[in-house]
Amino acid sequence: MEHGSYADNSNATFSLTDEDHTLANAVRFSLNQDPRVSFSGYSIPHPSDNRVNIRVQTTGAPAREVLKDACQDLMMMCQHVRSTLDVAVADFKLRNPPKKDEDTDMK
Amino acid sequence: MAKKDQKMSETETEEEETEAESMSESESGSEEQKQESKGGGIDYIMSLPDVPRNLPPHVELQRTRVFANIDAPTHTDSIQYSGAFASVGLDNSFRLDQFRNNFRVEVIRFSDDGMDMEFDMIGIDPAIANAFRRILIAEVPTMAIEKVFIANNTSLIQDEVLAHRLGLIPISVDPRLFEYAENNAPNERNTIVFKLHVQCAKDLEEEKGQSKKKKEEKKVPPRITVKAKDLKWLPKGSEFYLESEDSNSNSSSKSKTYTSFTCSQDSLPKFSNNKIGFKEPLDDINIARLGPGQEIELEAQAVKGVGKTHAKWSPVATAWYRMLPEVVLLEEIEDEDAETLKEKCPVGVFDIEDIANGRKRLTVARPRACTLCRECIRGGEEWEKRVSLRRVKDHFIFTIESTGALPPEVLFTEAVKILESKCERVISELS
Repeated sequence: MEHGSYADNSNATFSLTDEDHTLANAVRFSLNQDPRVSFSGYSIPHPSDNRVNIRVQTTGAPAREVLKDACQDLMMMCQHVRSTLDVAVADFKLRNPPKKDEDTDMK
Repeated sequence: MAKKDQKMSETETEEEETEAESMSESESGSEEQKQESKGGGIDYIMSLPDVPRNLPPHVELQRTRVFANIDAPTHTDSIQYSGAFASVGLDNSFRLDQFRNNFRVEVIRFSDDGMDMEFDMIGIDPAIANAFRRILIAEVPTMAIEKVFIANNTSLIQDEVLAHRLGLIPISVDPRLFEYAENNAPNERNTIVFKLHVQCAKDLEEEKGQSKKKKEEKKVPPRITVKAKDLKWLPKGSEFYLESEDSNSNSSSKSKTYTSFTCSQDSLPKFSNNKIGFKEPLDDINIARLGPGQEIELEAQAVKGVGKTHAKWSPVATAWYRMLPEVVLLEEIEDEDAETLKEKCPVGVFDIEDIANGRKRLTVARPRACTLCRECIRGGEEWEKRVSLRRVKDHFIFTIESTGALPPEVLFTEAVKILESKCERVISELS
C-alpha cells in the first residue's frame, strides 16, 4: 500500500507485507538506476514483522509508475539471467558429457 | 563544471593528477564549444574528440573494484545512483540492452554426481546476486517429513528426537509435482507417506539358567542401525486406522486412515517411472540405533514447505558466492623478494618466472585461488606497496550444493522464477 500525499504523487512510501531484504534490496537497486528517481531506499521497521517500507522520490513522475517500471526492469533482468544460464549449462553439458569416470575439465 | 571536477579529484587519493587536469581542460574546452554552438545539443558535444566518454582510469578502478587493504576493504559499495557521474557526462543509468550485452554466465564445473555446481556470473549487481542466494536457501520449496505417527518406540531415542531426525532427511522427489497442503486433508497430491518398522532381535538363548556363567557361549545379537533406506514408501497412503467414534459401525463400511488418498500414488503417471525414496548416498543416513529387543514402528507424512519456515525444507546443503579476486603486482619483484613472496602465499597464487641473467621474476599465476588471507601484504609498508589485492565488483563465483531433490541448475532457475513472481506480485498490488 502506498503512503503519500494526494496533491504530490511524486514522493511516496510503499509498505509491502510478506517481504524482506531479498526483494527490497533488488528493487532498490533497480530504482536507483532509473534516471527519474532522485531518492530511493528501503527500511525494515521491525525484524519480527514481515514488512518492508520502500521510499521513492522522483523528479516529477508519479512514484507508483516508477516503482512499477523498476519491478518490470527487474523481471526482464531475471528472464535474461535465466535464459543465459540455460544456454551456458546446455553448452557445458554438451562439451563435457556427464560420465562417472570422466574428469570434468573446463577449457 | 570545472570546479566540480577539481573537487572530485581532491577527494580521490589516487596518483594520477595529470589525468584529472587534462579532464578539466577538455571540459572547459567543451564549454567554450558549447557556447559557440548553442543549438548543437549534448549529442554533438559528446561526439567531439576531446570529450572523455569514459571515466578517468582511477575513478573507473574505484567504481569496479573493491580494494582489500591490510586494515579494511575500501570502495565496497556499488555506485548505483543514475546521476552519480553526471558531472562528467557519463550516464550511469540502467540500460537493458547494455545489461544484455555485458552479462555472461560461465559454468566452471559440475561434481561427479551432478549435485554440486560452480559457475560464474559476470555483469550483475550484488543486490541481485544476494537475492538469488537468499531465495535458494530459504524460498525454493521442497518435500520433508512433517508429521510422524508413532505406534511403538521402545528404543533409546526419544519420540521427539526421532521425529526431528526424520524431518531432516532429504527426500529425493521433485517438489513441483506436489501442492501445498495448507488446510486440506492429506491426499495423494500433497503428501508422501513413509513407514518404518524395525525390530532388533532379542537374546537368542534367554531360557538357559546357566547363561550367566557361560558368557562366552551366550550369543548376543548385534545392535542394529536404522538407516534411511529402512523407510518404505506407501503409495496407497496411511495404513493406520483412525478409531471410529461410532461403536456400531458395520464391518462393511470403509475404515478411515490418517490420510485420505483417493487413488494410489503409484498409478499416477508422474510417479510410475520414479519411485519416491532416498537416492544413494542419502539412503545411508543413520536414524537411530536399536539394542536387542527394541522396536520402532511409525508412519511419517511428508509435505511441501520452504526453508523460511524450517531449515529442513531448504533444497541446498548450502549456496554461496564470492567475488572474483584480482591480485596485481604494483612493482617488479625479483630474486629474493620473489622467493619470499611466493612462499608466503598459502594457496600458491604466485609463480616464479626465469628471466635473463639467471634472475627470477614473480608472476600471478592463479588469482582465482586467492582467499584474501592478506599474508602477502603482512609485514610492513614495503609489502603493502608491492601487491594490490582487489575484488571485481560485478563478477560472482557462485557455488550451489544441492541435497538431491533437484539438480543445482534447476534449483537456480526456480530461484530466478521465484524472484520474478515476487516482482509480479508487487506490480499487481500496485495496479
